[in-house]
Amino acid sequence: MNAATRSSTLSYESGTLFSAKAWAGIVAVAALFAALPALNLIFPPGHSLYVSAFAIALIGKFMCYAMAALALDLVWGYAGILSLGHGLFFALGGYGMGMYLMRSGKPSPDIVPDFMTFLSWKTYPWFWSFTEHFWYAMLLVLIVPGLLAFIFGYFAFRSRIKGVYFSIITQALTFAAMLLFFRNETGFGGNNGFTDFKRILGFDITSPQTRAVLYWTTLAALVGSLVLGRAVMQSKLGRVLTAIRDAESRLRFLGYEPLGFKLFVWTLSAVICGIAGALYVPQVGIINPGEMSTENSIEMVIWVATGGRGTLIGPIIGAGTINGLKTWFTSVFPEFWLYALGLIFVLVTLFLPQGIVGLVRKLGRGDKGQSS
Amino acid sequence: MKQLMNAKRLKNEAALAMERDGSGAGGEASYGRLSTGGLDTTHGAILYLEDITVVFDGFKALNNLSLDIGVGELRCIIGPNGAGKTTMMDVITGKTRPTSGTVFFGQTIDLTRLNEAQIADAGIGRKFQRPTVFEQHTVFENLELAMKADKHVRPTLFARLSATQRDRIAETLELLRLTGEYRRPAGLLSHGQKQWLEIGMLLMQEPQLLLLDEPVAGMTDAETERTGELLNDLRGKHSLVVVEHDMDFVNQIAQGGKVTVLCEGSVLAEGTMEQVQADQRVIEVYLGR
Repeated sequence: MNAATRSSTLSYESGTLFSAKAWAGIVAVAALFAALPALNLIFPPGHSLYVSAFAIALIGKFMCYAMAALALDLVWGYAGILSLGHGLFFALGGYGMGMYLMRSGKPSPDIVPDFMTFLSWKTYPWFWSFTEHFWYAMLLVLIVPGLLAFIFGYFAFRSRIKGVYFSIITQALTFAAMLLFFRNETGFGGNNGFTDFKRILGFDITSPQTRAVLYWTTLAALVGSLVLGRAVMQSKLGRVLTAIRDAESRLRFLGYEPLGFKLFVWTLSAVICGIAGALYVPQVGIINPGEMSTENSIEMVIWVATGGRGTLIGPIIGAGTINGLKTWFTSVFPEFWLYALGLIFVLVTLFLPQGIVGLVRKLGRGDKGQSS
Repeated sequence: MKQLMNAKRLKNEAALAMERDGSGAGGEASYGRLSTGGLDTTHGAILYLEDITVVFDGFKALNNLSLDIGVGELRCIIGPNGAGKTTMMDVITGKTRPTSGTVFFGQTIDLTRLNEAQIADAGIGRKFQRPTVFEQHTVFENLELAMKADKHVRPTLFARLSATQRDRIAETLELLRLTGEYRRPAGLLSHGQKQWLEIGMLLMQEPQLLLLDEPVAGMTDAETERTGELLNDLRGKHSLVVVEHDMDFVNQIAQGGKVTVLCEGSVLAEGTMEQVQADQRVIEVYLGR
């Protein structure tokens, strides 16, 4: 702050996390969403302020999607790295949590699940060791997506694979992983995945109280990711990332090695996505290789594009909007959803290149507290 | 005279290095990172190219090119299209690896073994033919990104602008006559302003050697003249290599200094502008058309 006053000619504010207005907005919206499970718990069904358990579960799920979209925005919106494989990181986080939930629901965590019994396995394979311990499983949730992203990213970025080639490779990686997880003998439960969850940390996973806590945890994680993402993007490193997006070779000649910067944001994104997946699984009650399907990863890209890439808040809005529409559509005209999704993507690309946030900024003359 | 300037420069650099250490930015030594004060230029030359050959699919873009640039020198390089001027820049900055030959920066740094970022970090700045600035970033941010600093990931994440750094950006803006534009996205600047901004970004890097590829291409006469003044300002403070087509401009900045004529990938002639212009072979391949 001192520097700003001493500098004679220039007043350049950098490093402000959010403007006061944006903070107020974030806190207000977060508080509103945080109140919903409380309304579910306090009021009896039928009361005008009652929020159904279905709605809580649905919004909780959407918030996980929003976190995944935010993670994707970090790499795509800022660093210009389009991933068509974020479903993989989401699923890996989910599998880590799923294994813990499955084991904690059994009378003894050493009892193997049915799919292993069919393979005549008596014990858990080595890579599932210790997953009966919650904190170890959570460590896996962070480390497995992060490590995979780091190793994959290192080789891809070091070879200077960019643009559509990179996107295709991420897609191929996700597809390969899906095939691997589909096979029964690999120890990931085949196409049924993991389900039949009963308890988490000793609490009944279906009770409204547990669900409320899961919901609040997800909300906190989402807001935390938003603040963290914003802090990173407001730093000089954030400006380096956008410079990589716009003119990577110029940046090299300024003395920056893009490899480390890309790896940093790519790994961070994968970890956030993994956390989102881990929070998703106890709320929907199942994890299977379907989460790694091509469509899921592409849908994430559509959430980000619809909300507005490179805005952080946009992908959250986009994930909510598209999934809200999806819920409505699949209950009214289920067979037309994919056409509608495709149409939305085309329309957004043609008419809203900056997404919903871009539209709002244009209408409100950029006075959204988000202008960077 | 030259030696005196050199000594002065070294002193400046030592002061800068101290300042940087004092700010506590990481301070960890790493591969390819060189302390700038320590560039060994004992033989008076900052850059040596020796027998450089670059072959692209059988085509020799550079053919046994040998060249050296003195400390504090402003060297103009001219030559017809396809003479290998840009390829030479690519070799020096690590964008292209030579098929054979050696490139030394000072006495000790072998540039053929470093990548672009390491070479930039060692103290070579490059301006491209087309102005390349970060169009979505403001003018201020462009200079901030270019500024000499520890450009590894962690120090960058936690970097904060100090008052001295702000003042340095302010000074550079003044020099570029862009003070009024510092908050504008660089993409909105005029062509000439972008060229100046890019030169300013090079200055923020505090390089020992500046490579400028056609710095006045596409500029109006007034802008060209202003660019000439800017380069004359830099003379002596940095070693400069300017590749240029515009003969009037070369005349303006060469000022009796050495001019090198490249043709078909090797040096055709070297000397003052008058000598070069009088050279029969040069007239044949280039000036006479």
